[in-house]
Amino acid sequence: MSPRSLTLLKNLARNSNASSSCIQTRSVTYMPRPGDGSPRAVTLIPGDGIGPLVTNAVEQVMEAMHAPIYFEKYDVHGEMSRVPAEVMESIRKNKVCLKGGLKTPVGGGVSSLNVQLRKELDLFASLVNCFNLPGLPTKHENVDIVVIRENTEGEYAGLEHEVVPGVVESLKRLEISFVIESFDFDVTRSLENTTRFVPGVLESVELRRCAHSVVESLKVITKFCSERIAKYAFEYAYLNNRKKVTAVHKANIMKLADGLFLESCREVAKKYPGITYNEIIVDNCCMQLVAKPEQFDVMVTPNLYGNLVANTAAGIAGGTGVMPGGNVGADHAVFEQGASAGNVGKDKIVRENKANPVALLLSSAMMLRHLQFPSFADRLETAVKRVISEGNCRTKDLGGQSTTQQVVDAVIANLE
Amino acid sequence: MAKRSVSILTRLLTNPSSPFTAPTRSITYMPRPGDGAPRTVTLIPGDGIGPLVTGAVEQVFEAMHAPVHFERYEVRGHMRKVPEEVMESVKRNKVCLKGGLATPVGGGVSSLNMQLRKELDIFASLVNCINVPGLVTRHENVDIVVIRENTEGEYAGLEHEVVPGVVESLKVITKYCSERIARYAFEYAYLNNRKKVTAVHKANIMKLADGLFLESCREVAKAYPGITYNEIIVDNCCMQLVAKPEQFDVMVTPNLYGNLIANTAAGIAGGTGVMPGGNVGAEHAIFEQGASAGNVGNDKIVEQKKANPMALLLSSAMMLKHLQFPTFADRLEIAVKQVIQEGKWRTKDLGGDCTTQEVVDAVIKALD
Repeated sequence: MSPRSLTLLKNLARNSNASSSCIQTRSVTYMPRPGDGSPRAVTLIPGDGIGPLVTNAVEQVMEAMHAPIYFEKYDVHGEMSRVPAEVMESIRKNKVCLKGGLKTPVGGGVSSLNVQLRKELDLFASLVNCFNLPGLPTKHENVDIVVIRENTEGEYAGLEHEVVPGVVESLKRLEISFVIESFDFDVTRSLENTTRFVPGVLESVELRRCAHSVVESLKVITKFCSERIAKYAFEYAYLNNRKKVTAVHKANIMKLADGLFLESCREVAKKYPGITYNEIIVDNCCMQLVAKPEQFDVMVTPNLYGNLVANTAAGIAGGTGVMPGGNVGADHAVFEQGASAGNVGKDKIVRENKANPVALLLSSAMMLRHLQFPSFADRLETAVKRVISEGNCRTKDLGGQSTTQQVVDAVIANLE
Repeated sequence: MAKRSVSILTRLLTNPSSPFTAPTRSITYMPRPGDGAPRTVTLIPGDGIGPLVTGAVEQVFEAMHAPVHFERYEVRGHMRKVPEEVMESVKRNKVCLKGGLATPVGGGVSSLNMQLRKELDIFASLVNCINVPGLVTRHENVDIVVIRENTEGEYAGLEHEVVPGVVESLKVITKYCSERIARYAFEYAYLNNRKKVTAVHKANIMKLADGLFLESCREVAKAYPGITYNEIIVDNCCMQLVAKPEQFDVMVTPNLYGNLIANTAAGIAGGTGVMPGGNVGAEHAIFEQGASAGNVGNDKIVEQKKANPMALLLSSAMMLKHLQFPTFADRLEIAVKQVIQEGKWRTKDLGGDCTTQEVVDAVIKALD
């Protein structure tokens, strides 16, 4: 081919790609109520590790956009024993919060502040949207999965106890998963008399002296929580024109616990005949995710499986550095980096200021949409996607070498 | 050029990326639990082509399974006032969709459209006049939003005969109403990323009345330094509209000028049969065909059932967006724009010959 036609062709190809993915035509206009433009207060928790870096990125971009948001900043660190009362009050007043990761120490008896926030504010649904970004090639294509994870119970109930201090149950380990109907039930108190709590089950335990002690960790599944997460998942699918909801479970093993979860999902599915519902066992699900991810649309899961499935899905679609997500309850919403892996980051990334702010920027776009500021959400999203698709400014996890500040500057330069 | 490049060129040039056939999913909308519960909307079919086009909206909503259900009420333009139960329904539901109500010329019967707007204090009327892709008009790059004060001005309805043979008609301009319409216009521009607001006036002649309107606009403009503000006299505005419409973005106007400007802008961009619009107040909102000309239609169109439902369909998409159902709004809008772009199903005002029902069926088929 002659050299001139080659350049012509390249230009044409580039223009047709650029126009289809990046430029959004004005859609039917959003007619606000008078007063809808008044600024909203949002609680901001920078957090630990890379948290302050990425939340600062969001603050800079919101400022550049003149978004109708102002932040009330509070310092919370993962090693505190509980979230300070003033922070909780601020979130209850503002209803919406944006946060960086809070570091949860391994072991040690300090409970996770992330989980504490979710339980106190009853943020029962965690939502992560894992999708391929144009311009970011990955080994898997056509990924567009939303993982909706129950956030308050399941394996994260935090109810663990040493059965008998120093003295052990038999080497036949017992996993107790049981079902409670009422939410007021105080499980911890009832376990003080553990030996006769579940008649017929513990009678077979033999007490023997041994060098190691045994700890029971309770996984609690309730009908109330399973029903509401299923209802939220189907409502989300209905409102966002999604075609399929898949429940992830391990009910072949935990027949009662995950069985209750599945029953609740099936009941809610009957009310949405337009949405396909199916179930998948979690081990098969993990395999299918990495083999054929295009079969999944919305996934509803209990707490632990959701954590794992969300991080896997985020990984196949481009990494946890770019996936947006949020947590929502009946009254409040907390937005943070979608999938939890790497939301605090390593010391090296913090030192070199090379954290990826894209995930939190896209989550703040979700927050703007949630707060009913659709134009601002669209502008932010367009700018971020343009920066990613151009490929000049990428942090280490996406294969580049830029710092957080360089990415932020590129996003601000691309705002229209 | 070499033979190979010719074929590649033809392929590239014959597949223009149509923005409506493959919508990319944007950042997802995370609703509050309970946001999917259906909303009730008052529906007033109205006169003339009204029942035809509102019927179209009902069919499309049913096909989409939109979380909206309608409470229908019959209101006719020759009634003396809007029935009590209808007002109560609108006050309860907060949102209403209506067809046109015919206002008789002269005769002393006040307009029911005006009555609705005044009683519910729906002070802002918004019309978005925009070129629709696929619909060729004499003017390109038109994207104008006309925000019109809805409750006072020349429409105060205060007329009296001073002396037999002499009639005075009062045009009332108040600081309160001018300020709130200006505030709404700038807030709208801010929330929708619009760059310029133009105030339309005739203050060289009506120095006090339109002068007060302008003063209010200037005051509000100071609070929005990021938005350009300018003023234009209404006669020059009409001429500029038909000469260089791309210079206008958001226009804020008192009542009468707004009526005329909105219809002119709708005309240059494709006709009043396709422009969406709505009326909003502090608590209520009413959606109807954007610009008022032809919203009742003439008898011939009613007989042949060839009314254009596009305007009311796009207005109902605005309503869905207003009710915070953005995905349904997008689906409806994409389907309507696809039908317009394909060009096969067009009613008479767009140069085709289809009936309303054929257009509705095409839209339902285009829904994804």
